[in-house]
Amino acid sequence: MLEATATAAWHRRLMLGLLLAPALIWLFALIVLPHLDLALLSFRESVAPRQYVPSLTQYRTFFVEPLYWHVFARTAILSAIATALTLLIAFPVAWTIAKLARGRMGALLFVVCLIPFWVSETVRTLGWMILLRESGVLPAFLAHLGVTHGPIELLYHDATILVGLVYTSLLFMVVPLVGSLESLDNSLIEAAYDLGSGGFAILRKIVIPHAAPGITAGCIVVFMLTLGNYLTPTLLGGKNSLWFTEQIYSQFITRFNWEQGAAFGFLLLALSTAMVWFGLKLSGQRFSDVMRRT
Amino acid sequence: MIPSLPRPLWLRASTALFLVAFLVFLFLPLVIVAVFAFNNANYPAPPWHGFTLDWFLGNESLGRVGLFKDRALLASIWTSFVVACWVTTLSVVVGTANAFLMERAKFPGKGALSMLMLVPLVIPGVILGISILAFASRVADFASDVFGLELDFLRPGLPLVVLGQFSYIVAIATLTISARLKRFDRTLEDAALNLGATRPAVLRTITLPYLRPALIGSAAIAFLMSFENFNTTLMLVGADSPLTIMMYGRMREGATPVLNAVSLFLMVASALLALTLMRRNDRKDA
Repeated sequence: MLEATATAAWHRRLMLGLLLAPALIWLFALIVLPHLDLALLSFRESVAPRQYVPSLTQYRTFFVEPLYWHVFARTAILSAIATALTLLIAFPVAWTIAKLARGRMGALLFVVCLIPFWVSETVRTLGWMILLRESGVLPAFLAHLGVTHGPIELLYHDATILVGLVYTSLLFMVVPLVGSLESLDNSLIEAAYDLGSGGFAILRKIVIPHAAPGITAGCIVVFMLTLGNYLTPTLLGGKNSLWFTEQIYSQFITRFNWEQGAAFGFLLLALSTAMVWFGLKLSGQRFSDVMRRT
Repeated sequence: MIPSLPRPLWLRASTALFLVAFLVFLFLPLVIVAVFAFNNANYPAPPWHGFTLDWFLGNESLGRVGLFKDRALLASIWTSFVVACWVTTLSVVVGTANAFLMERAKFPGKGALSMLMLVPLVIPGVILGISILAFASRVADFASDVFGLELDFLRPGLPLVVLGQFSYIVAIATLTISARLKRFDRTLEDAALNLGATRPAVLRTITLPYLRPALIGSAAIAFLMSFENFNTTLMLVGADSPLTIMMYGRMREGATPVLNAVSLFLMVASALLALTLMRRNDRKDA
């Protein structure tokens, strides 16, 4: 009898070990250790071939060289603008899906909004390039209408990068917004209306506070993805894109300066993490709740 | 405002107008890509020169290489497919193990581990890529210096691409499968055990069939995310390019409409995948 319990306990421990092993291998071999290694890499300097000393040179370069921190600040600001624009465009759409559309119409509209995001970002960017470049569809159309004299180049502007980023991010804003707006009770809005509130006051005092968790979740995810985007800024912005991920790529892959690239990677990670943390603090939410929402 | 309240005409009209503009914005790039796959010209640009299938079938007299003749492009589709199959299998298997670990097992440090499992989702893909690249190179250098072993799979190439994509896709699979396992009624397992079933039999006949929709759903998502991944792949890729990397390279050089043809192929494939999944879900609800 005693032996049987001992076997059962041993059995249970074996099961736990077998279940723990893949999770620990995944998290340590692919996430924790690589990032510790990246940190070590960023805090060292090559003094001779294969000889390194600990140093802060990589981070000093970032602050001393104006190009690097300009690109960093530019990436952060454009990402913030793209996030705000995405929210402005996605909100009315989410409102229509959650509140205005009747019966199956809402579900249908929701699915229609999701369709483009089943298609690869590469394909969507190709579409924008064909639409916007000088020999493309939109410049030809504008010239045909007589709005412009001859076709103009619509690619390679900051506004083009923003269009592409907003387009890519919409889904990640619409989904959490619809979720948080659907749970808002219509009778609250009716009550406020009966008490004499105008549309704007209702939006500010009832709708936005209720939807705050969804808005925060959407903004965090969109900002993070925009900051880390590579494809859209480099293809739509061309040589003028000056996106920070591109700097990381060029240090790591083109110049093979891994120490500098690692430092840049950490700076980007720090900014991204800071924004996530700040967003959570601002709305008083827990990290795990936000991740489950999206 | 909501339908039960009076809405002025201008508000209703502008909402409708906004929605139409939004849908045009959403679908215009995709429609344009599809349309120019059939344009009889060497570049995907207006004006319209008439309908052709050259960009699918090829046309040797005009020197056009169609999708079905473009060996490099076809090879990259195959590469993406193989990588996606590996990532899907690994993610679903490890994701299922993680779900059982988080929902069934008790051990110290469980809270910290469940937080750590969400971390890969907030790390930008480019950084996941460079960190795995740097770490894998360090391990490979170490093995080479100390033991004289050449661990080629740790150098940039497809095995590293699989690992890089797996490192965050498995987190999504874990969330999806855990969510369903959490809702499982455990008395069903107890009943089966009381009736004399062995533990493996219970797992095979009760628990896994219950998890099936989540397993299929997370497999589809994992496959799609792997196939479309760009950021992490870009950092880890070696000589064989997956499709997204190949397309990116050609788009920078200004490519022929063969890219439109391959894009149309991707659109049709992902639409079919989405429809199959939705049909399955509808049937389950009915």
